[in-house]
Amino acid sequence: MGTEVVVEGLTKSFGRHVVWNDVSLTLPAGEVSAMLGPSGTGKTVFLKSLVGLVRPDRGRVLVEGIDTASCSERQLYQVRKLFGVMFQDGALFGSLNLYDNIAFPLREHTRLTEAAVRRVVLQKMDMVGLAGEGHKFPGEISGGMRKRAGLARALVLDPQIILCDEPDSGLDPVRTAYLSQLLIDLNAEIDATILIVTHDIQIARTVPDNIGMLFRGGLVTFGPREVLLTSDNPVITQFVNGRRIGPIGMSEEKDEATLAQEQAYEAAGGKVSNGSPALVPQLVPSPGMPERQAVRRRTARVMSMLHTLPAPAQQAILSSLPEGSRS
Amino acid sequence: MTSPESSVPGAGALRQTGKLFALAASVLWLTFKRPFQVRELIEQFWFIASVTILPSMLVSIPFGAVITLQVGSLTQQLGAESFTGAASVLAVVQQASPLIVALLIAGAGGSAICADIGARTIREEMDAMEVMGVSPIQRLIVPRVLAASGVALLLNGLVSVVGVAGGYFFYVYLQHGTPGSFLASFSSLAQLPDLYISEIKALIFGFLAAVVAAHRGLNPRPGPKGVGDAVNQSVVIAFLLLFFVNLVLTAIYLKIVPPKGA
Repeated sequence: MGTEVVVEGLTKSFGRHVVWNDVSLTLPAGEVSAMLGPSGTGKTVFLKSLVGLVRPDRGRVLVEGIDTASCSERQLYQVRKLFGVMFQDGALFGSLNLYDNIAFPLREHTRLTEAAVRRVVLQKMDMVGLAGEGHKFPGEISGGMRKRAGLARALVLDPQIILCDEPDSGLDPVRTAYLSQLLIDLNAEIDATILIVTHDIQIARTVPDNIGMLFRGGLVTFGPREVLLTSDNPVITQFVNGRRIGPIGMSEEKDEATLAQEQAYEAAGGKVSNGSPALVPQLVPSPGMPERQAVRRRTARVMSMLHTLPAPAQQAILSSLPEGSRS
Repeated sequence: MTSPESSVPGAGALRQTGKLFALAASVLWLTFKRPFQVRELIEQFWFIASVTILPSMLVSIPFGAVITLQVGSLTQQLGAESFTGAASVLAVVQQASPLIVALLIAGAGGSAICADIGARTIREEMDAMEVMGVSPIQRLIVPRVLAASGVALLLNGLVSVVGVAGGYFFYVYLQHGTPGSFLASFSSLAQLPDLYISEIKALIFGFLAAVVAAHRGLNPRPGPKGVGDAVNQSVVIAFLLLFFVNLVLTAIYLKIVPPKGA
């Protein structure tokens, strides 16, 4: 089973610009979580601060009792072995072909024979649909393939925590859907804790068990998927429906005048796209995959905190349960 | 980047200097930590040697010639023609050769190192390597710095020989000096410690040029232009640093090693 990640009071600023302030949340072990937010709200910085690539100003990130925000370099290298990180553009080594890229962590950290390395690498390449492409170089392949190769490389050491930085950016909707399914299958198979950082609402609706959102230097919410997807918070509804009307502007924050103008337009009967209903059923593992252990654990966890959740979320959770278990 | 911006003038420069020293220290420390990247070292050694050997020879021939011609015409006026060879050896071996080596290592090798590391940094390769639990400094920077220092050391010998040979050629064929007097005066002013300091200088210059290049490459501003700027800065900073360090080393050397015949 994956490892829990506890974030407490995390704050980061660059110079005078506060990226986010006092972020506290827990990524439940073995579940899939997503962090949403408009571009430029520090989602990637958040992801990087979890693995100690960015040192936050304040706060703690606890992984198996070690605080990656303040621990020594030596401990950090130890903790990082639990993580598999898929970077935005794959971050493959340009001087190595795909096979060597994916084999890199194995050759660095294990004493496997070349035959054993080959077995693992080919299995992971098959898993992400890159079978037979091992001889190609990162410069010769498409962005989607680079991403998938980056994912395969993040997986070879059987990580307990998988972090995905914008798995959808630069991918067409079909490939994004495949990648979403891949992440769910992966969770079913190895039961790792997964955090997806994205601004793609399609992924947010279908993949994660828990969703959080960053906006204006803080965490708007973090909790079971139903909470965010049924929320009536203006920031969240605007984002989830991809509308122009709301607090999020083209630049980071919207000024009063634009806001008033848009509201007047809407009041005068102007057409505003409302998007499709937010709450859609979550993806299930492909046929042939084992059942997701996370579902059972999450149901127990969510039911125990049900009374603390807003009413629409409670209803959504109850109606999503299978017939027999509603009690 | 991680520390709060200070408003004290010059604080930024001091911070960068501190980071440069920290990088140099960790390079030295990680050199002795296993696993050592033999393959990367050989590749980098070969690469740096291949981009510097020919240009440095082509630069050192006219350089040796210029010194000979200049010194030759001066010594002719003073009636001390027999010392042309000695002056040429002193100037080439002690000063010109390590500097030529340094300029080429920084200009040809260092810029390539900086561009390579910088491009990898903005593509997040360094971050990726770090989250895989591999130190980019140990894996990539240490072999490059060692290769640059090693090439500088060996190249210095080559440049000294070619420079002196160039000087000899011009002295004998253009100024019609006697070959014997050029060769005979070699040992009248020059001594073995001149060669030692020359090699020490070359080693230090190679090390500095590579560390500066690596430092700029690891900290570029985002985007392709950031890498271009970083390469530019690395060459300029390396040059400034090299000439300054050369001044210090020369001053120390002249103080502790008495000139021959004095």
